[in-house]
Amino acid sequence: MFGYVIRRLVSGFLVLIATSVAVFALFFYGPTDPALAYCPETRCTPERLELIRDSLGLERPVVQQYGDYMKGIVAGNDFEAGSIVIPCDAPCLGVSFKLRVNVTDYLLERFPATLSLALGGAAIFLPMGLTMGVFAARRRGTFSDKAIVSSALVINAIPYYLLALLAYLYLISAWEVFPESGYFPLLEDGPVAWAKGLLLAWVMLGIAYSTQYARFSRGSMIESMGEDYVRTARAKGLSDRVVTFKHALRSAIVPVVTIFGLDFAYLIAGTFFTEKIFGIQGIGLTALDAIFTKDLPLISATVLIGATFIVAANIIVDVVYSMIDPRVRL
Amino acid sequence: MSEPDFLATQATREEGLDRTGPYLSVDNLTVRFPTADGTVQAVTDLSYSLELGGTLGIVGESGSGKSVSSMAIMGLHDMRRTEMSGSIRVGGREVIGLSNNQLQELRGGEVAMIFQDPLTSLHPFYSIGAQIAEAYRAHNKVSKAKAKAKAVEMLDRVGIPQARSRVDDYPHQFSGGMRQRAMIAMALSNDPKLLIADEPTTALDVTVQAQILDLLQDLQRDFNSAIIIITHDLGVVAEMADQVLVMYAGQAVEHGPCKELLVHPEMPYTWGLLSSVPDVTASTEARLLPIPGNPPSLLHPPDGCPFHPRCTHRDKVPGDLCRTELPLLVQGKRGPEHLKRCHLADPDMIYATEVLPEIAPDLVDLVLGDGIEGSHSAGATGPDEGRG
Repeated sequence: MFGYVIRRLVSGFLVLIATSVAVFALFFYGPTDPALAYCPETRCTPERLELIRDSLGLERPVVQQYGDYMKGIVAGNDFEAGSIVIPCDAPCLGVSFKLRVNVTDYLLERFPATLSLALGGAAIFLPMGLTMGVFAARRRGTFSDKAIVSSALVINAIPYYLLALLAYLYLISAWEVFPESGYFPLLEDGPVAWAKGLLLAWVMLGIAYSTQYARFSRGSMIESMGEDYVRTARAKGLSDRVVTFKHALRSAIVPVVTIFGLDFAYLIAGTFFTEKIFGIQGIGLTALDAIFTKDLPLISATVLIGATFIVAANIIVDVVYSMIDPRVRL
Repeated sequence: MSEPDFLATQATREEGLDRTGPYLSVDNLTVRFPTADGTVQAVTDLSYSLELGGTLGIVGESGSGKSVSSMAIMGLHDMRRTEMSGSIRVGGREVIGLSNNQLQELRGGEVAMIFQDPLTSLHPFYSIGAQIAEAYRAHNKVSKAKAKAKAVEMLDRVGIPQARSRVDDYPHQFSGGMRQRAMIAMALSNDPKLLIADEPTTALDVTVQAQILDLLQDLQRDFNSAIIIITHDLGVVAEMADQVLVMYAGQAVEHGPCKELLVHPEMPYTWGLLSSVPDVTASTEARLLPIPGNPPSLLHPPDGCPFHPRCTHRDKVPGDLCRTELPLLVQGKRGPEHLKRCHLADPDMIYATEVLPEIAPDLVDLVLGDGIEGSHSAGATGPDEGRG
């Protein structure tokens, strides 16, 4: 198991290196010039453009820029521009082109919003989806099963951004059923303000994901309820409840755990639509803004962080899997 | 079931309990599964009985209703999707119509079941010991420690070496034979009076099969339980059973004492089963004759005798009887113990002169000779072999 985790960490590290190279390549060999984004269209002379490139450090060879970037992550890399010095300790993810701030600190500041959103959403969709899935599986073929499956399909068929946007427009702006959304730090503004600001975003994430989890866990549950060992459990004289939860659900939950691990990693890497629509200043919204302003350090930082979460989630899921299923030896 | 017995059970049915009859008695059991394509007639009008200490072998191909009828004894069918009629009495108590709680008491308590594939029948995520202890605790209010001690005791009893250390192993750490032993240990942990073994050796190596059968016989002697052994292997039946029930298309087609039925089969389907058994000691002239065709669809079973489309002897029945009329399960010429469902007028002669010379020429004289005495001995079977 220890050796397995080490091997996975090494390969995960290689994935992250490859990701960072890909981000640099896309950025520098893509069709747009980052410096143009900071050069006002009407007064953009070649000299001015050159100056901007120089101040952003873009005139150096790409390989050297990449080397500096990597060095910053490992050892820190204070940024100097004229008289201003922006300190950047390891892990230094660079200094934002546009905001002129330390990206690491900036993202750390934004992360609680995204984490709050993800945790709250997961706290709704995981139990809700599982409950609906198990309920539907136990009543397979009945009206309640069909009602759950078809409403899940309908909700899944509507694009999430549309659903979330409509919810925002009607439930917050027009009818004011829900309080105005936004992120209010838990420790500073207190739990009530924190929860009020995120409430509808949580509900929307909960609805969108729980329908998927309901369908998924229903299928998994139906499969495991048909297993021979569930028949054995019934033949032992166990109650319906014990058969369902201790025997059938125990194995049905394994694929759900796998999917959840990855979904949660995606969520904490930043939820673009949810953060944008509900105005929550998290990682997703930061990444979105960075793409529009061609802010390389910010873009590559959000991509790298996202990749790190996903790589880590994969390893964690495998380890958890080996703890759930005694047949799996890592 | 004989006439007086039937009347006696009628009289006591109101009280719900009838301690005088056989331990297990199945009467006119019919099991149907309504599906989108129509109704699956899984079991039709099945009757048999079994005494404590006795062993009934139920033989038939896949889909003949042998497992379905046995699962009905434990109430394992989902009653929302099953139509069941007739009567199943276990220890005098009617099983059909019992509440969920009453069924839970019955399952694994009075009646236990072991299944074909011990690997898929044991939960992969729980240790062997935990699964046995769980079965024990389902019927006995004891502490976890006591239940675990019971699990060790049971594993030891079924011949698992170092039971104390192996009790915490998971199913995948056991070999196939050991897993089946563990299944048996689990089934026997509550001293069931009736053990249903659904193809208990089909998934095992031949050498392990013999061990498992020996173990079942040993345990039966110790616990004096009744055993139903479901199989398509006539070798297993010959080894284990004192009564044999041959099923085809959800119906009993032949029923009688084991030796009698195997030596003097009276139904062409049973002949077909016997012809399909390879015999290592038989002369090389003996042929393996598979039954032509496939078992019928239980959605649309054939009219008349369900076996007629595959029966090679149907021309010997005058008229169109096999195609039009379902033969009754009645006694033939060999006495009241031996029932068969066939229109053939003299099946014994056809078996001895046409079937046997093909499949086991060396046995012809034996069967013909025995046949003369057989009509006397069949009526004189001892009470332990009788049908209650």
